[in-house]
Amino acid sequence: MGTRLGKQTVRLDSKPVIQSWASIVGAKEGNGPLGRYFDEIVQDEYFGEESFEKAESKFLRETLSKVLMKGNVSPGDIQYIFAGDLLNQCIAANFGLRESEIPFFGLYGACSTMAESLILGSLMVEGGFAERCVCITSSHFCSAEKQFRFPLEFGNQRPPTAQWTVTGAGGVMVGKFGDGPRIVHVTTGKIVDMGINDANDMGSAMAPAACDTITAHFRETGLPLNYYELIVTGDLGMHGKNLCLQLLEENGIAIKEFYDDCGVMIYDRQKQRTDCGGSGCACSAVVLAGYILEKMSRRELNRVLFVGTGALHSPISVQQGESVPAIAHAVGIEMV
Amino acid sequence: MEFARAFLVGGLICVIGQLLIDLTKLTPARIMVIFVVAGVVLGALGIYPMLVEWGGAGATVPIIGFGNVLAKGVIEDVNQKGLIGAFSGGVRAGAVGIAAAVFFGYIMAVVSKPKTKNKA
Repeated sequence: MGTRLGKQTVRLDSKPVIQSWASIVGAKEGNGPLGRYFDEIVQDEYFGEESFEKAESKFLRETLSKVLMKGNVSPGDIQYIFAGDLLNQCIAANFGLRESEIPFFGLYGACSTMAESLILGSLMVEGGFAERCVCITSSHFCSAEKQFRFPLEFGNQRPPTAQWTVTGAGGVMVGKFGDGPRIVHVTTGKIVDMGINDANDMGSAMAPAACDTITAHFRETGLPLNYYELIVTGDLGMHGKNLCLQLLEENGIAIKEFYDDCGVMIYDRQKQRTDCGGSGCACSAVVLAGYILEKMSRRELNRVLFVGTGALHSPISVQQGESVPAIAHAVGIEMV
Repeated sequence: MEFARAFLVGGLICVIGQLLIDLTKLTPARIMVIFVVAGVVLGALGIYPMLVEWGGAGATVPIIGFGNVLAKGVIEDVNQKGLIGAFSGGVRAGAVGIAAAVFFGYIMAVVSKPKTKNKA
């Protein structure tokens, strides 16, 4: 039934299994260094639809069907789906999954949503309330620019600290049985706000949250710092990654050799001119469901700490001069 | 030579904008407002018209030139109609630019679809 190890961390004694996973990305992600790990690369940013929002819903819908197909199950075999995105009222998930007929929880954790859904899905399986759950998120560069910055029609200049929202969707199916990577520890983050109010520098706002959650994870599990072969944050980008390492070292946690960031991994920053790196719900989702789980299933990676990071602001809070609260959730995934 | 002067003036105005994006935390919307207001002030002081004289379209096409047009219109209307010109002059002088922006903006929205600038 799981064991609570501390204020934020639970050990999942049944070790729920990640039974299948899938990722679909846009052209830019496909051209990046991880391009060959994704299940499908869609060149058309409209994905054959008439709006970017509909395209994002389609990314989510198609990814869900790939997850189910690869897991060899039908929608009726899934007890819960946990899904979210970056749009107002989570419409990418609401519309993308409305025909799925699966009991649905819509989540908003900004770019940390993949880790959040993974925690909730695995707790549901651990608690015995579900045999299988799907955890899935999406984001789209064009719809996110409209939501958080300016619509593309405006032709706005991007400041150099801005990150590039990943276009795509990633999802996993968590279940009771089977082979595959297993979820062993989950550490739920607290909201951390260091008073940063530059909405173009999310990495710096999220780094303290990532540091807080990683520190809590090691403190509460008692695991040695070299336990994980890879500790990967969601989308801190280049600035945020360095800041996070620095903050962790101040806490006595030196993990430089094992540490990376999905936002840094997904693009070739120089060649692809993505400034600080990738971001968005899909950033950590497709790196997890594309690269990390694939590497784990080949046993090239055996223990990974997946830390989703999110900035919990809204365009309105930014306009009102509020700071940017942030959150990070950690999921310890292991090949057993 | 006229082209070179226009290129120089227009280019330098854009350099200022780029430096504001790269070196400050100002959002692009704020930078745009600063440019328009600066154009009004420089126009009212009679400095910007000298730049227009020398740089031609290099000075009139960037957004700061719009501020200059507003100032110029207000000065003209105040001279003709008195204080009420402070309210009528700017929009009257900017009418061509404003109406053209709305008109061509609409046409472009009808005939084209938005896309990502930097796709690779």
